[in-house]
Amino acid sequence: MITIYLLFILMLAIFLGFELIQKVPATLHTPLMSGANAISGITILAAIVLAGNDSSTAATVLGVIGVFCATVNVVGGYLVTDRMLAMFKKK
Amino acid sequence: MDNLVFINVVYVFAAALFIFGLKLLGHPATARKGNILSGIAMLVAIIVTLMDQNIVSYGWIIVSVLAGSVVGIYVSQKVEMTGMPELVSLFNGVGGLASAAVATAAIVASDLSSGIATISVIALIIGAVTFSGSFVAWGKLSERISGKPIVFHLQAIANYGLIAATILFSSLYVMDPSSITFVYVVIALALIIGVMVVLPIGGADMPVVISLLNSYSGLAACAAGFALENNLLIVAGALVGASGIILTNIMCKAMNRSLINVLTSGFQEVVTNDVVVEGEIKPIITEDAFYVFEAAQSILVIPGYGMAVAQAQHAMKELQELLEKNDAEVVYGIHPVAGRMPGHMNVLLAEADVSYDLLLEMDEVNSRMENFDIAIVIGANDVVNPAARELKGSPIYGMPVINADLAKNVFVIKRSMSSGFAGVENPLFFKDNTRMIFGDAKEVISNIVRQFND
Repeated sequence: MITIYLLFILMLAIFLGFELIQKVPATLHTPLMSGANAISGITILAAIVLAGNDSSTAATVLGVIGVFCATVNVVGGYLVTDRMLAMFKKK
Repeated sequence: MDNLVFINVVYVFAAALFIFGLKLLGHPATARKGNILSGIAMLVAIIVTLMDQNIVSYGWIIVSVLAGSVVGIYVSQKVEMTGMPELVSLFNGVGGLASAAVATAAIVASDLSSGIATISVIALIIGAVTFSGSFVAWGKLSERISGKPIVFHLQAIANYGLIAATILFSSLYVMDPSSITFVYVVIALALIIGVMVVLPIGGADMPVVISLLNSYSGLAACAAGFALENNLLIVAGALVGASGIILTNIMCKAMNRSLINVLTSGFQEVVTNDVVVEGEIKPIITEDAFYVFEAAQSILVIPGYGMAVAQAQHAMKELQELLEKNDAEVVYGIHPVAGRMPGHMNVLLAEADVSYDLLLEMDEVNSRMENFDIAIVIGANDVVNPAARELKGSPIYGMPVINADLAKNVFVIKRSMSSGFAGVENPLFFKDNTRMIFGDAKEVISNIVRQFND
């Protein structure tokens, strides 16, 4: 049953995503992409739990790799997007 | 309140912030705020996740977060705007690797039920393909790997074989989730698939590939969310997936090609057209071009990747100010596939301090093309090729282009007479109203600027 409920969330999120992103103008497509990239670093949540759990050394190591990579994605992605968006000015 | 319930309540709040952040990204005036909101959502979600009771030690988490932050801060401050396509490719790859690592960790941590095992292995495959594919794309964009499609004998068959093998070994693992060895085989196969899928795609099609890999990095997170039953991973991953798919679609439409065509074009025979473009190339020196600029009332600038390579955007901004002082109107017409990723030109021009309301889309400038006194093409080629409109049989026939040839005067700044990225002849260069200014884009524009100042 939980899978059905997760599928429901997925379906709604996809439709919402399409509606939201279609409204982003072409001029912002590069920051949109790097910003979306930062959001995809959301895997950090799963990685944190796996890295802090002591079920097995292999899982911890993989979790730590996951946390590292996802952090690069999150921190780098948001900062570079902010740097770009700061340049978009109207005169 | 139960710890897990609390965490999930905060996740709902974070999801709302992500959505609101993306909504604000819909306009340049609010976009920065939107990105910050999205960042806050991420921070809140991370902090609340640290309260999870399954976490017994924080040492490694802190170390890896710190190390990741240092790398993230360093690259985000150091990258130049010309290098954004490469950076986004790398970030896509790193995101894919994170998802692959998480899925593998879930697999080795315990024996999973067959349902969870299936979705975990899917997350693993998408993540690994994104990782290796993005690195090949990065290599092509940074020209460490040839931008030409790399194809070898029987490659298509080899790809089908790889996919079949991946499905086989994945199924073997799912049937017996304690047999981890099969997972290692799947990882290796998925990594090879990523390389094999991107290698045959040419450099000109990289905007599509980056968009698609961006979408995959979201889908990988989404699949990992299913494996670990985490709502926020599913919502955020789906948003990113949708974003990448929309951009992929826009890029394909802008090239009048299907996604399948872009992904497999390396395997198809090169379309050669025997159409010989008739006419004469008419070069002009900047001294003469200057008089036309001085008399012009409205000027359209059409930038392409060549502008980025020559770093001509700052000189162009200088010229724009002089022209505006001279009471002329200057706007920029930007084709969706100009540059190496969606919106690349806009970022470069924003960096040069060009106001974003002067950056117009293709349809906006095409509808008033006849009224422009000058269309100046800087380092663009295929996106202004009239063959797309009038030359049946041309490989790019049917592609929507900026109709620069319909402006009163056309100036094309170009290094030499070589054909564009797509290797297609450009009849624009031979039109009666076209004048070629040969030279480095930055030098040519600086030259005109200098004459304005004299």
